[in-house]
Amino acid sequence: MSDHHHHEHEQVSSTGSSNAYSRRLFLQQGMTFLSMASTVPLFMQRSAEGIMLPLGSLVSSQAGVPEDHTLVVIQLAGGNDGLNTVIPYGSREYYSARPQIAIGEPGKTRNNTDGSLPIPNADGYGLHPNLTGLLELINNNQAAIVQGVGYPNPNRSHFTSTDIWHTGNHSGQGYGWLGKYFDNTCAGQPEPKGSIAIGNKAPLALHGKTQKAVNFEAEELFRWAGGATDGALEQTYDDINRKEKVQGVASDSQLDFLIRTSLDAQVSSDRIRAAVSKDPLVQYPDGELSKQLRLISSMIRADLPTRVYYASLGGFDTHANQLNGHANLMRQLGGALLAFQQDLVKQGNSGKVMTMVFSEFGRRVAQNGSNGTDHGTAAPMFLIGDNVQTGLLGTHPSLSSLDEGDLVFNTDFREVYASILENWMGADSNAILGKKYQKADVLT
Amino acid sequence: MTLSSLQPLDSDSFDERKAMHLLQRAGFGGTPQQAQALADIGLEKSVEYIVSYQNLPDPKPISPDDYDKDIMRPATQSERQEIRKARQSGDEAMLEELRTERQRRQRADRKQVSEMERWWLQRMISTPRPLEEKLTLFWHGHFATGYRGIENSYHMFLQNMFFRNNALGNFKEDLVRGIIHDPAMIKYLNNDQNRKQAPNENLARELMELFTLGEGEGYTEDDIKEGARCLTGFTFEDDEFAFRAQQHDTGTKKIFRRSGKYDGDDFVDLIFTRSNASKFVIEKLYKFFVNDLPHGETSETKAYVLALANLLKRKKWELKPVVETMFLSEHFYDESNMNSIIKSPIQLIVQATRSLNPPQRSKMVRTLAIASDLMGQRLFAPPSVKGWDGGRAWINTSTMFMRQNTLVYLLTGQRPDGEPWETGGDQFNAMALAKGQTRDSKALIKFLLTSLLNVEDPSRDRISPLQDYMTTQHNNINNETVTGLLTLITAMPEYQLC
Repeated sequence: MSDHHHHEHEQVSSTGSSNAYSRRLFLQQGMTFLSMASTVPLFMQRSAEGIMLPLGSLVSSQAGVPEDHTLVVIQLAGGNDGLNTVIPYGSREYYSARPQIAIGEPGKTRNNTDGSLPIPNADGYGLHPNLTGLLELINNNQAAIVQGVGYPNPNRSHFTSTDIWHTGNHSGQGYGWLGKYFDNTCAGQPEPKGSIAIGNKAPLALHGKTQKAVNFEAEELFRWAGGATDGALEQTYDDINRKEKVQGVASDSQLDFLIRTSLDAQVSSDRIRAAVSKDPLVQYPDGELSKQLRLISSMIRADLPTRVYYASLGGFDTHANQLNGHANLMRQLGGALLAFQQDLVKQGNSGKVMTMVFSEFGRRVAQNGSNGTDHGTAAPMFLIGDNVQTGLLGTHPSLSSLDEGDLVFNTDFREVYASILENWMGADSNAILGKKYQKADVLT
Repeated sequence: MTLSSLQPLDSDSFDERKAMHLLQRAGFGGTPQQAQALADIGLEKSVEYIVSYQNLPDPKPISPDDYDKDIMRPATQSERQEIRKARQSGDEAMLEELRTERQRRQRADRKQVSEMERWWLQRMISTPRPLEEKLTLFWHGHFATGYRGIENSYHMFLQNMFFRNNALGNFKEDLVRGIIHDPAMIKYLNNDQNRKQAPNENLARELMELFTLGEGEGYTEDDIKEGARCLTGFTFEDDEFAFRAQQHDTGTKKIFRRSGKYDGDDFVDLIFTRSNASKFVIEKLYKFFVNDLPHGETSETKAYVLALANLLKRKKWELKPVVETMFLSEHFYDESNMNSIIKSPIQLIVQATRSLNPPQRSKMVRTLAIASDLMGQRLFAPPSVKGWDGGRAWINTSTMFMRQNTLVYLLTGQRPDGEPWETGGDQFNAMALAKGQTRDSKALIKFLLTSLLNVEDPSRDRISPLQDYMTTQHNNINNETVTGLLTLITAMPEYQLC
């Protein structure tokens, strides 16, 4: 225990130097800890632990899985066109269904677009020419593509299908699968910084019965705005909102709960803003996803007690003239994933972080009348990390036996979830997904 | 114990603070003068004034023509024929045109529902009949229907009018019977697909689980299946309920161990023979209006809820006498129930706007609707048929900042979502809230804390930081320093309670 605290002491004093207040708070909390006797009320111990322990405050329920494993989830919002992401260039049906938007085989320009990138050991399948970043990850044994992921009776509404992926059940109702992960593994105690989403709202996936995610769009919005122009106000605000005990407030009353949450917000804000203020170890390309992954990598580097991060990239709803738009998204995606992973490697954290990329659905096989594609079904998922089985996994959905013009899935996304929950997060997938799914063979 | 009973509060003890409590719970709070005015007319008249809101003229009466009914209207016969023809002949250009037209309509409809969202928020902010809005919001959360699930803004509007018109009506005859005839609910819970040959249980299940009896209380899975059969053929046509006799299962159903050739209306009658039918909705009303009970019921609250539930049954499901009794009761004003509810985002926003009188900024209602969504409550879009969880579920570290920063926005114009500051309009008149306390900063601080937090005796731990702040301002009381004090008080954890 004491080792942890010394470690934390160094960390906070080195990162929190811009904020005299958090130092003061730390010293107060540190004092509390040093002098902590059995007389300290339980709730103080609990919140002090939440503040003090960077790691290990979340206990795994499964032996053999390290407690600091982190999952980064990226949603490609809008429905990514899987067939123009992993291109079945060996298929005649692909080219006849998409005369104006198909990507050519390797080395062959088609529709003013370079040919696809060959995937090692996967004859007939290539990557979108702008996914050079992903190809590099595959070549480094750091990335897996799970082909043809979906679920039975596919729903083609963005909202409903997103809810289905987020909850892991077909009604799309209930709590999120990662929220339930925390509900199930933290003995009913929500971990305030257990999950962090970049965005102005926390996604349903992170929403549990007791577990709520921290979310912020930009770190400067994750703080009180009233002191921006007035130091005296800021100081007074701190005096009010960093106070753990207020005269006359009963333990675990509504007000006590609010006081503790507000204090926790201040401490989380300090730590997150201190973490992201550091320059990353690698250069990230431009783009929305890069920005988000950069924030996430800096929080991982700062050893936040966070086990799940969530990012998303929009724009995948490519109904019209999709070639250029989709190509830009592919470039962003590949570049951001590569920079993020290189950053983690440089930090020495690549062994404890896995990234999962999904979209709520793929798109129809045939192009529509406006050189775009409409909402479809199965699509590939990506997994990135040191522990993934590299390359193209599973079976590509058949292009000859379609279900009313749509691909038929081969891997249920919950089989991928089950694998991640059991083998990466150390949790009982049955309790979280409500059913025993066979684990997809995707991790090493 | 008087707190276990419906015994009314002693009229003499109805003071300004209790009047403010009533204003906050039966509506969205108000100014100290409004509380004073209620205290002056006394408990009975105050409750009467608030509950009999229909006696007050509605300055902005609502008409079914306020919104466009036709954006998502069903295709006409000839349009359907055209679509069929285009499909059969593979007329890609025509199909594309139809697709584009459909997307245009969906966009227009999303725009309309956003306008409705702002309309309702504005109405809550300015209405002289706050209980009407508060109850409409309650029923919106109780019979929760989300726009995303139905993609028809006009049906959401009709449902809002339905809740509003029956807000204090008869729970059984008006609200529950009405909801199984409501197009938005029928669509949301897929009863339009509930046919004799292929029953869909969704509405039957939620009718018992979420609307009347509570999960697993007094019904079985078989009752759900049989109830679904009763509801077959209950669907809608354009904007109106429609009963399709050929899809209705006319056979004998067995529900709650009774048998008969029941239909949907019989099913409602049967549900209301169950003992929990009065208790479940009263528990929800209690959590919404009296105390959100983070630690569950105490023996006193249990007894009080039961007494209120019995009253509802005795009054044959009429809500008005029940709500009136609740607002008159000693229990309602007990210290343990004051400041015991965590404000919903809508409550926070509307109460702040009504009590602080911030200047009307050009995009204010739009910004507040966005802020409410970011705090977890979007009107016409509850997260599921369960409605909003409420209570402590509103609060986490992110929403805490969003709540505080929304108040900063109201007071200064600095937007909570990182968009540029909203300037223009009048400057905020903070001095109007200082109420003549312009000499003594100590007295000013005490006055502001007392009135904004509705507490008798503010804590020393809250007074002294504000005094420190005023010291840094050389105890100058002016618009800027009073605004400063207001941003600090509204950032206090206490401000999240009402």
